[in-house]
Amino acid sequence: MRRKSVVQASVAVAALLLTACAAPEDDNGSGDSGDGGSGTDAATATSAEDFGGMDALIEAAQEEGELNVIALPPDWANYGEIIETFAEKYDIQVNSAQPDGASQDEINAAQQLEGTDRAPDVFDLGQSVALANTDMFAPYKVETFEEIPEEFKDPDGAWVNDYGGYMSVGYDSAEVPEVTSLDDLLGADFKGKVALNGDPTTAGAAFSGVVMAAVANGGSADDVAPGLEYFQELNDAGNFLPVDPTPATVESGQTPVVIDWDYLNASLAENVSGWEVFVPEEAVIAGYYFQAINADAPHPAAARLWQEFLYSDEGQNLWLKGGARPVRGEAMAEAGTIDQELYDALPEVSGEPVIPTNEQTETAAAYLSENWAKAVG
Amino acid sequence: MPSLGLLPFLGYLTVFLIVPTITVIVGAFQVDGRFSLVNIKTLFGSTAMHALSNSMLLSAATAVIGAVLGALLCYLVVNAPPTSLFRRAVLSISGVLAQFGGVTLAFAFIATLGFSGVLTELLRSTLNVDVFGSGWLFGLPGLILVYTYFQIPLMVIVFLPALEGLKPQWREAALSIGATPRQYWLQVAIPLLRPAFLGATLLLFANSFAAYATAAALVSQGQPITVLLIRAALTSEIVLGRADLAFALALEMIVVVAVVMVAYALLLRRTSRWLR
Repeated sequence: MRRKSVVQASVAVAALLLTACAAPEDDNGSGDSGDGGSGTDAATATSAEDFGGMDALIEAAQEEGELNVIALPPDWANYGEIIETFAEKYDIQVNSAQPDGASQDEINAAQQLEGTDRAPDVFDLGQSVALANTDMFAPYKVETFEEIPEEFKDPDGAWVNDYGGYMSVGYDSAEVPEVTSLDDLLGADFKGKVALNGDPTTAGAAFSGVVMAAVANGGSADDVAPGLEYFQELNDAGNFLPVDPTPATVESGQTPVVIDWDYLNASLAENVSGWEVFVPEEAVIAGYYFQAINADAPHPAAARLWQEFLYSDEGQNLWLKGGARPVRGEAMAEAGTIDQELYDALPEVSGEPVIPTNEQTETAAAYLSENWAKAVG
Repeated sequence: MPSLGLLPFLGYLTVFLIVPTITVIVGAFQVDGRFSLVNIKTLFGSTAMHALSNSMLLSAATAVIGAVLGALLCYLVVNAPPTSLFRRAVLSISGVLAQFGGVTLAFAFIATLGFSGVLTELLRSTLNVDVFGSGWLFGLPGLILVYTYFQIPLMVIVFLPALEGLKPQWREAALSIGATPRQYWLQVAIPLLRPAFLGATLLLFANSFAAYATAAALVSQGQPITVLLIRAALTSEIVLGRADLAFALALEMIVVVAVVMVAYALLLRRTSRWLR
């Protein structure tokens, strides 16, 4: 959901040319209404109740037998284990397409493959892509819907935030001195060492990194210019490293300092001893991903079961295991169902978190499109 | 009807060249399906112009470097006996390397000159020199170096026939009426070769201007050149709905390449007069 691979852009070009020839929409609700008794088509079910309860939903999903997910990297928020656990628990085959794709790739794939059985059943999207495509989502309320705070869900359940985290600086403490503020990164010890996860005009994580730098330097989500200036300064000092950081570049020592979501930085610590994660107190930027069901899902029941699984205690704890903050985290902490050890191990964050709104993101994105390439080019 | 045999080719052209070109042109003048000049205006904005000038700089630099070094290599090849190992090796290597590009080429350079590349490590341990710096390989300077790798062999392939077309009789004629070798080169050979040389340079320019996969694999930050700006317009998860802008950028590239190819055709026509 973060970045694109090389071929995808060209595929996207081809797809643009071919959308005119896309297969006509057909009614693919498999609608095996023989069971369940309620007679509701799986494709329009808005809760497990519509199937006649969880057991009926599980049965309907198992009848479909497959689930198509897209752009879920196995090393991102523990998705590898989440997919495996789901597949094993319900005996449903999970087809994971384009694990390194970007959010927009998910939407593109849904449009290009519409009507085929290879179309994605569920999405996990960045904020702007999600909010721009709500008409493609099927509203569905999981059993734990009420426990999710109002600001993290669409009232009808068209989308629900799934997990999130804070912008952070991850660094190899064996390579560089301790980081206590973003200004530290401008020092001579960090020459050619500071990488940002992607280009802020295309990738959500990198965009939030610039917002973080803006807030830390007197700007705000409404005014990201100071963030751009910060990266320009970083670049002029020769400290900015234009390499796309991945677990491989971190493990091989190519990218000793990475600006990225804290759950991604935290997961790196497993393989790099001495890898520390720092969330600047004066600039706490939060971001949540958006979970939704494709309205044209080829496996509508499996898609709904996937949602139930993700928002169950088990699914939420699996995300937590990947260092991400599950959306039901606080409710589960109160109820005592959260994995307390993992919950306490999350990087400490103090200060009021900033979550850029969609309007703020659009304004800032337009500004960055105009100026980013010149600042770091 | 021998022209019937052309039909498959024409069909192929229609599907893979004519239809896409028309789609791009139509798309460039639309926003959400309606006629609009907004995208064309965006092309003249600072971001698109910055990318275009970088693309031109990259193409011009690699075309000139490729042309000069490639021509020198051609000269050495022409003066070697036709059966020599050197000549055969250069020709076959050029044939292969001129087509070497994309992810493999980018990876080859990352493995050699990247942070923990073979050459980087060697220079670091023996001479204590850091060639990696702040990652210049992943920006415009890196692209120039990497593109040159396929530009030089391409120059050898396209320029060699022109150099071989220089008849030895011309040289003998010049020398027999008292010209010095220097005069022969300046007044006979170079004027004869100039159109072919410039034509080949233009071809190299167009070749690197349109190259995508190598840049896409190497550069992830800043989208410095036009092809990467097209990628960003199509896949960005931050700025949405810019597929129309991608069409406009593609149109801009078509125009540039068309101008270059017309110039190339004109020069080729001049060259062929001499090579008959």
